Amino acid sequence: MKPVFEYSRGMREKELHYCPGCTHGIAHRLIMEVLDEKGQLGDAIGVAPVGCSIVSHQYMNVDMLESPHGRAPAVASGIKRVHPNSPVFTYQGDGDLASIGTSEIIHAAERGEKFTTVFINNAIYGMTGGQMAPTTLIGQTATTAPEGRTVAQAGYPMRMCEIISQMDAAVYVERVTVTSPGDVRKAKKALERAFEVQEKKLGFSFVEILSTCPTNWGLPPVKAIEWLRENMMEYYPVKQFKCPEEVK
Amino acid sequence: MAEKKLMKGNEAFATSAIHAGCRYYFGYPITPQNEVPEFMSRELAKAGGYFIQAESELGAINMAYGAAAAGGRVLLSTSSPGIALMQENLSLLSSVELPIVLVSVMRGGPGIGSIQPGQADYNQATKGGGNGDYHTIVFAPASIQEAVDMIYKGFDVADEYRNPVMVCADGMIGQMMEPVVLPPEKAPLAEEEIGNVKPWALTGHKEKRERNAINSVWLQQELLEEYIEQYWPKYVKAENELQDWEAINVENCETLFVAYGSVSRVVKEAMADLEKEGHNVGLIRLKTLWPFPHKAFELIGDNCKNVICCELSMGQMMKDVEAEVKGKYPVHLINRVGGMLLDPVEVVERTKKILEVK
Amino acid sequence: MAGKRIFIAGFGGQGVLLIGQMLSYAAMFEDKEVSWMPSYGPEMRGGTANCTVNISDQPIASPLVTKCDVLIAMNGPSLDKFEGMLEPGGDLFINSSIISQKATRDDVNVHYVDCQHLAEVEVGNGKTQNMVMLGAIINATKVVNIDTMQKVFEKVFTGKKAALIPKNMEALNVWKPSMDA
Repeated sequence: MKPVFEYSRGMREKELHYCPGCTHGIAHRLIMEVLDEKGQLGDAIGVAPVGCSIVSHQYMNVDMLESPHGRAPAVASGIKRVHPNSPVFTYQGDGDLASIGTSEIIHAAERGEKFTTVFINNAIYGMTGGQMAPTTLIGQTATTAPEGRTVAQAGYPMRMCEIISQMDAAVYVERVTVTSPGDVRKAKKALERAFEVQEKKLGFSFVEILSTCPTNWGLPPVKAIEWLRENMMEYYPVKQFKCPEEVK
Repeated sequence: MAEKKLMKGNEAFATSAIHAGCRYYFGYPITPQNEVPEFMSRELAKAGGYFIQAESELGAINMAYGAAAAGGRVLLSTSSPGIALMQENLSLLSSVELPIVLVSVMRGGPGIGSIQPGQADYNQATKGGGNGDYHTIVFAPASIQEAVDMIYKGFDVADEYRNPVMVCADGMIGQMMEPVVLPPEKAPLAEEEIGNVKPWALTGHKEKRERNAINSVWLQQELLEEYIEQYWPKYVKAENELQDWEAINVENCETLFVAYGSVSRVVKEAMADLEKEGHNVGLIRLKTLWPFPHKAFELIGDNCKNVICCELSMGQMMKDVEAEVKGKYPVHLINRVGGMLLDPVEVVERTKKILEVK
Repeated sequence: MAGKRIFIAGFGGQGVLLIGQMLSYAAMFEDKEVSWMPSYGPEMRGGTANCTVNISDQPIASPLVTKCDVLIAMNGPSLDKFEGMLEPGGDLFINSSIISQKATRDDVNVHYVDCQHLAEVEVGNGKTQNMVMLGAIINATKVVNIDTMQKVFEKVFTGKKAALIPKNMEALNVWKPSMDA
């Protein structure tokens, strides 16, 4: 009998430490499925960030290392010089990529680095306990914005896809979410295209995944999905910003 | 004998690295080491290597981290404030046991400081500003030839100990020209060979082995303690095996100088003048700053009455020398700071003043 | 030869650093010990340039000097600033094309070298002024052998630039000790 669903070969048989309702697990699995289906699990090299997914190398069945906070795009640039034909990706959260690591991501994008960045945007610092992120929405509460983020105090949330897509050498930029089965399929498609862009050495590829953080948002998992759809998707539209002809 | 070439220090450093099989260099402009990235941008691609002008020193050392983790031979160079920015990664590279070679062309500090030669990064190099228990292996050349040799050897030491190696030159050695004999060219490791020679490197598991994970975070402190205790013996071994120094008349002298780097050359000239005036002088020149060459101090003979440290800092090296001689001899300091230099005349005069006061 | 400490100073574009490098190459080819040390940093941006060359039979202790045996002043401010560095009995070279004042020292050998005139009129190439000065230094001090310079030029002027060698060799020999008088 043909199995309907299996444990992905790309995932190591470890219990995930992520909170119930967190979408890191889905994002991990999607990346690994894409690499597995491309037959590249044995070639891929991943860069884990600082944040909840710092130990993603415990779950993903590919060679990986931990980057210092925010520096993953620089680290991946170095790896890619030694292994120019291997699929290389960074997996970074919003604090890591859009706060401490803005310099590295912007410059890697504009150099047209031939690796893929998967950006997990859940609008909060998860691992450190719910502090305001650069992507925290106006009015959203955080432990360092107890009355809700205000423009006067903290400025506006950063829209990274919109920034990255301005860069000539960032050729594939798409924002997706994983809050419904249909969205999950679209997200996987986006990741497939991103790795294809990398494989064809067309330029830098960037996929933002709008994600949930039920624990730090203070919401049960289902409500968290609703909150994401009602609030985040308004400020962070889910769409393809750039896509080269070769992978359409 | 191989051909002598007249080379600028910074260009000789870069050439030595290429000869050692280094094919990855990541740099950011900072005086007085700019000739290194300039040279690498011209020459590294010709040798089949890769140069990136990084967005910052943080970018540079993280590119180095990636390339070293992937199994490449990597050179970095910067100057004092750049090393300050890189300290987080020196700690990290040590904790994940990755080899890189880093040239520090020291200038005057603290802060942004001056761009003239300095030695006030002795503590920065040997004590480190990164967090946690680790050491950086530190060589201190006094000439371009010695810097070339130390960088060349530094790659092997970094590989053997799986640890960052720093070569502390200064603005003078970086900027001057001297004749050098370059070491022979070694072929770099081919990409397909990396996995065999460096089984820990990130090459992709090729479905043939368990995946490699290079990790620095330990959320269970018991395991981190165990890990540190497991790699710490290499530092004990380094302390035993890597100490290096030059000793001149240490056994017999009455006045012992201690110096390193370009300052030691000034001291040698001053010593020649002092000898002419009948002084019995000697020198310990540190060639490794970490490990500190303890063994050199065991050579001091019974005649010794004074130890004089000459350095371009407020006595950072002197503190290690004081710890070494354990109060047996008075330890004095002849120094300049902030990018100002010692010259032989000043060393002679200040030495005589120290000896008269006695 | 015990050793010569040579200090060359002027403004950017006069070939001050190049004169020093040429001397250094020559010394190396003659198997002497040598070091060349430039001033660097914002000092250069201000338009002044200087370098120190040490040539000796013994290993060079310090590449920097506070006193020198040979001083070359390519412009007036350099003469004012550095004249005191010269040891008694040393050689002072003054680029008299643009330095109108005379040396104040009477305990040194002063050589006035009209670099511009000699380059433009005798060599027929104004760009060789620094080589005229280099020739004067070598011919007056014998710090290196003038014949070694052919080898140095072959090393430095390669490819298209090789065509410049004869003019430069000529420039090295237009200054004569008799011009000191």
